[in-house]
Amino acid sequence: MANTPENEPNEVPALPSSFSLISTLGVVAMLSGFLVVLVYEYTKPIIAENQRLATERAIFKVLPKAKSRLTFIINEGKIELADDKAKGELIYAGYDANNQFVGLAINAAEQGYQDIVKLLYGYQPDKGCITGYDVLKSTETPGFGTKITSDEEFLANFNCLDAKVNQEQTALINVIKTVRHGTKKNAWEVDAISGSTITSNAVGRMFNQSGQALHPIIAQHLSLLKTAKQQKGQP
Amino acid sequence: MSKATKKETPLTMDVFTAGIWKENPVFVMMLGLCPVLAVTNSVENSLAMGMASIFVLVCSNALVSALRNFIPKQVRITTYIIIIATFVTLVDYIIQAISLDLYNKLGAFIQLIVVNCLILGRAEAYASKNSFTKSVISALGMGLGFTLALVMLGGVRELLGAGQLLGYQIFSLNFQPWIVMILPPGGFIVLGSWLLLINYIEQRKTGKLIAEDSASHCTVSQSGS
Repeated sequence: MANTPENEPNEVPALPSSFSLISTLGVVAMLSGFLVVLVYEYTKPIIAENQRLATERAIFKVLPKAKSRLTFIINEGKIELADDKAKGELIYAGYDANNQFVGLAINAAEQGYQDIVKLLYGYQPDKGCITGYDVLKSTETPGFGTKITSDEEFLANFNCLDAKVNQEQTALINVIKTVRHGTKKNAWEVDAISGSTITSNAVGRMFNQSGQALHPIIAQHLSLLKTAKQQKGQP
Repeated sequence: MSKATKKETPLTMDVFTAGIWKENPVFVMMLGLCPVLAVTNSVENSLAMGMASIFVLVCSNALVSALRNFIPKQVRITTYIIIIATFVTLVDYIIQAISLDLYNKLGAFIQLIVVNCLILGRAEAYASKNSFTKSVISALGMGLGFTLALVMLGGVRELLGAGQLLGYQIFSLNFQPWIVMILPPGGFIVLGSWLLLINYIEQRKTGKLIAEDSASHCTVSQSGS
């Protein structure tokens, strides 16, 4: 007679002990931790170098006349020389072959359509102009938000976007703002890209916030920025 | 306690090839569709996501298979998730080390491989029941099948959405890109079109086989009578 469920002994599989369950999870978690730490330690310097190269590339892109650079940190209204690993608000000053100051590269970030858009922009404190930018991080919609890197009309806004500081050196003279496509009248306005208004607005907002917060401090310490390279005497 | 151990099926070429086409995870099993629709707006992204998925799939299946006799049934899913999350974290670091640009393009979808049901599905349905070698070979086949599907979608979307393939201009500059193809709806349209075409071909093949089969039956019965 074939074995049917009725005549089989009613066997309930024994539950493994709690120790067995916990120890399995413990061993697997330890193995996992070991692998993660191993790969993290191995890739950490490579990732740091990649980030340094990406920043370096972006700095020399927004300051095309620069041949060398120095890193500064803005801390409680003061600007000091720093290294690239310093934590805080970093700005980069570019210098030409004769160690003459050619401009600043400044980080800015703002919420875009998908996620935070991060830029590095060029700033000429003497002229009070924002002179271009490089996108460090963006996951904006392809074909729409990504036009901030390719739309020639939009990029023309930054031939010299007015970001002058007032006489008291407390804020920008004019608030930088994004206006509807085709309605730009002033040098401090950003002409939006038709169809990607959210990203265009984000660019305008981030320049205004960064300008209001940092440009007055830069204006107060401009002589330090200009002479730092010569004082340091490095090639 | 003397239970007969289940006899394992032999290792054949089919273990490897099944995942590539016959049981393709995207076109047949419809697994892991979230990254399939999200990152296939270019061939480069598709290839990168495919490679990352192969790495996670093969490594996690290998480890799950190697530990299958030691993992109690009650904590198996938790254990598989820990194993998969580990390899996803590793691939996350590795991609950052290879290219930051690529890492930024793929965004959160690298981390989201953890919840790709293809990986967990294979760990539970295959690796936990089969030998190490078979699990690795099957995972490799499945991973290649997944990558193939991603590239098939990415190729069409990049070609129609940007007029390019792997960044090289294919159509003339007068070509007006179909922006919709690189947007989320484009993913649905291209996936639907591929499914339509593949099912149509499969149905025709099955119909042909049935017709041939019935024709041979008729010939046999006629000769028999």
